[in-house]
Amino acid sequence: MEEISSLFQGFGVALQPYNLALMALGIVLGVIIGVLPGLGGANGVAILLPLTFSMPPTSAIIMLSCIYWGALFGGAITSILFNIPGEPWSVATTFDGYPMAQQGRAGEALTAAFTSSFVGALFAVIVITFLAPLVAKFALRFGPAEFFAVQFLTFASFVGMGRASPLKTIASMMLGFALAAVGLDIVTGQLRMTYGTTELLRGFEFLVAVIGLFGIGEILTTMEGGLSLKGVQARLQLNVVLQTWKKLAQFKLTAFRSCLIGCWLGITPGGATPASFMSYGVAKKMSKNGDRFGKGELEGVVAPETAAHAAGTSALLPMLTLGIPGSPTAAVLLGGLLIWGLQPGPLLFIEHKEFVWGLIASMYLGNVAGFIIVLTCVPLFAAILRIPFSIITPVIMVVCAIGAFTVNNAIFDVWLMVLFGVIGYVFNKLSYPLPPLVLALVLGDMAENSFRQSMLLSQGSLAIFWSNWLVGSVFGLGVIMLLWPLIGPLVHRASLLIRDRAA
Amino acid sequence: MYAILRYRHARIAGLLFGALALNAVGLASDALAQGWQPTKPITFIIPAGTGGGADQMARFIQGVVSKHNLSPQPLVVINKSGGAGAEGFLDVKQSSGDAHKIIITLSNLFTTPMATGVPFGWKDLTPVAMLSLDQFVLWVHSESPHKTAQEYLGAVKAGNDRQFKMAGTGSKQEDQIITVALERVIGGKKFTYVPFEGGGKVATQLVGKHVDSTVNNPIEAVAHWKAGTLRALCIFDAKRSTYTAKVTPNMAWSDIPTCKESGVNVEYQMLRGIFMPPGVNQAQVDYYVELLKKVMATEDWKSFMEQGAFNQTFMSGGQYRSWVESAENLHRDLMKEAGFLHKP
Amino acid sequence: MESDRDTPSGDALVSVRTMEIVVTLLFIAAGTVVIIDSLRLGIGWNEHEGPASGYFPFYIGVIMMLASAGILIRTLLARESGSESFVGVHAARQVVLVLVPLLAYVGVTALIGFYVASAIYIALFMRYFGRYGWTLNVPVATGVVALLFFTFERWFLVPLPKGPIEAYFGY
Repeated sequence: MEEISSLFQGFGVALQPYNLALMALGIVLGVIIGVLPGLGGANGVAILLPLTFSMPPTSAIIMLSCIYWGALFGGAITSILFNIPGEPWSVATTFDGYPMAQQGRAGEALTAAFTSSFVGALFAVIVITFLAPLVAKFALRFGPAEFFAVQFLTFASFVGMGRASPLKTIASMMLGFALAAVGLDIVTGQLRMTYGTTELLRGFEFLVAVIGLFGIGEILTTMEGGLSLKGVQARLQLNVVLQTWKKLAQFKLTAFRSCLIGCWLGITPGGATPASFMSYGVAKKMSKNGDRFGKGELEGVVAPETAAHAAGTSALLPMLTLGIPGSPTAAVLLGGLLIWGLQPGPLLFIEHKEFVWGLIASMYLGNVAGFIIVLTCVPLFAAILRIPFSIITPVIMVVCAIGAFTVNNAIFDVWLMVLFGVIGYVFNKLSYPLPPLVLALVLGDMAENSFRQSMLLSQGSLAIFWSNWLVGSVFGLGVIMLLWPLIGPLVHRASLLIRDRAA
Repeated sequence: MYAILRYRHARIAGLLFGALALNAVGLASDALAQGWQPTKPITFIIPAGTGGGADQMARFIQGVVSKHNLSPQPLVVINKSGGAGAEGFLDVKQSSGDAHKIIITLSNLFTTPMATGVPFGWKDLTPVAMLSLDQFVLWVHSESPHKTAQEYLGAVKAGNDRQFKMAGTGSKQEDQIITVALERVIGGKKFTYVPFEGGGKVATQLVGKHVDSTVNNPIEAVAHWKAGTLRALCIFDAKRSTYTAKVTPNMAWSDIPTCKESGVNVEYQMLRGIFMPPGVNQAQVDYYVELLKKVMATEDWKSFMEQGAFNQTFMSGGQYRSWVESAENLHRDLMKEAGFLHKP
Repeated sequence: MESDRDTPSGDALVSVRTMEIVVTLLFIAAGTVVIIDSLRLGIGWNEHEGPASGYFPFYIGVIMMLASAGILIRTLLARESGSESFVGVHAARQVVLVLVPLLAYVGVTALIGFYVASAIYIALFMRYFGRYGWTLNVPVATGVVALLFFTFERWFLVPLPKGPIEAYFGY
């Protein structure tokens, strides 16, 4: 058990008072970064990176990774309270988290989100601790065809269960795909649908679209009813944490499944955002309360949050072992490693043992510390909803504007955000579903690139998608997910039958 | 590259003398123009995404400046990667006279306007200094039967069109330009070129054996080289690298033969340089030249250069200007021959 | 994301039916824009290479148009339903009252910088919708903006658009 002893040495490093203080500081900064959509985790880490050059590398990476955990925790807060995803991977959290907050269950939703995040991250850290070399090899098996299979699976698990009219779902999804296609096509280096404009060169940014569609759109819808109607009472219950934990116990299976999905997508690296969507979609299909998802179901918060955190955490593994960042934040951390003279790669675990195990130990401690900090703040966060609407609304608008602006430092994106807000408002009222649109926007580009890269590799032959067991089984899973609405009831009936026999 | 490039190198050398003379004038005015200092944070634009080579270098410079307190105002790094970097270059082009803005360039300064038709060029910017030249190395998997560049390209030549797969960063950019040049050397036999989003991903695709070779920059592939999963066949420079410290158990950067030595007459290096918006005065340019010189004098910079096996060439003033000009012509020729020029 | 807030107060300004038609027409327009550029890029399936740049966008555009045409036809055929109100006069007024200042805010930001515009926006919004007196508006607005200023410009070094007033203080 060489890992265990290395890990305990790592704890020794991380538990030095200086490092502990940095850890707490990192978490608090991270939560702030996660809450403000204008400060992405990548942004925050990038900006603080230069400040850490005067520290020992181990201390610096501990602080920076704690910022990263903090940002992962913080992203859920605005999603639940205001329907504004602070980070792209919190989009799926809004689906059930925000309705819960509207029903006066904000504290419950926040507790569920934080707890799930903690569980997901813990699971991922354990995987990193014991399976790092093995898992790194697994990640290498992922070529373009495998990536496309995973993206197909994400789609398949999410699609086909909505209550909205199928035609409207298709129209909404196609709009998402079309928006994703705007900008530079990396496969051929051609510009698509920019029509000679400078502003469209960068395409439509995911975060700009979701801030508009969800955040601004929701405010417009709310305003319609007049301010007097907006009377969400956030009851302040100090024991809300314990009560929620009792309820959460029944979602063990969902959480475990979401952990697996998150780790898988974090390691390969598919990203935390697809992981949260896939996990939400799978939970919705598997849950017996699936049809209540989207109306404030606790399980609908557990699934995406667990997966997003498991993915966000395990994304650090391919960065450390292969030098491929699983997320923009990981990319910036990667830059930091290089500056400290640490070359990420297969040898990092051998050449810089102290550093790697210090980092892994800090993942454990950072998560525990972060969890305690955010949990104690749940009543405080929930109390934000008690601020009068006419004060908090303009502040939200301003923060949204900052968020849209800072993605690309462009005023044009703020205009786009307002436009997306109007689209969100109209779509809401005509029951065009928004989730297919955002899913298509986040996955469209990636899926098209992987597909076309696969086609280049196979010289245009589709057989590449069943050329080996890995890609074949992922595709198979995707097909099962797509047909689940037909298969699901049969499985359910069969299991009932078996139970009856047994009884 | 091949004949053209050899000829141009001779021409650049010729221009060097004239440029040096100009530079002497520049230095004289340096002493006089100590006046200008930044009065607010300096925006440092990266026309590429986070995590890439340009991004790493820019953030490194930002770090060195703040660590050694080299500037009275901090550098604030911003990525503007839209349209293969066009977004960042257009921003600088439109900020005429703004002395608190600088941009780091890579080959997309030349390739992006040529491939996409987005209207900008280095003449719309003010050249400040060249920081270094980034190398390119031909890599194969260490389990590949090909031990030298000649063997590998011989196999490509003997094989079918598109049988061998080359992964690279982006489309119609430096990696693909080198690929096309290699195709020419072996008599027009084609690679299948597969573009990916970034250099790190390209390297792992090769480690995972999804492709046969890459032309990654040293810094993008060094970790895998060290770990013994990749083999370096040749470096696309006129001379071998000057770094003699062992990277792998038995090889240093200087042990990688040049491609020309291996009978593959292709050369290519990528500019890592700094530009400013148009309409700034000489005192302002000089401030940044001095700042960069201070950065490059630090130990941090030297070890960073060694890690990435960069070719350390510093240029500023007229010398830099003429280097950029000839590099642009070179790229135009290469892009034209490869059929990559934008058709309106 | 279901809308549970029907029965808007006041008279109907636009019916759901009209709005449905407008939205499908916009979808069809968007589809056309996508298809036109796809045709320029090439919509074929190249040998050895797979789909061209415009292949997927083209079919996305086509499917988008077909789906919205379907919705359009269904809306036109269904005479009875859909005549209910999409938005009432009063509700529309509320939405416009939020939307127009928001647009003005973004426009003003481009001119005089983000911080001043935000302070004005917050103060006026509170004044109009919350009927708060200036003694509360001004401190809240300046306080929020000052906090944002220090967070973004000073601690995280994220530059936001600035105007003459910030320039006066050297930013």
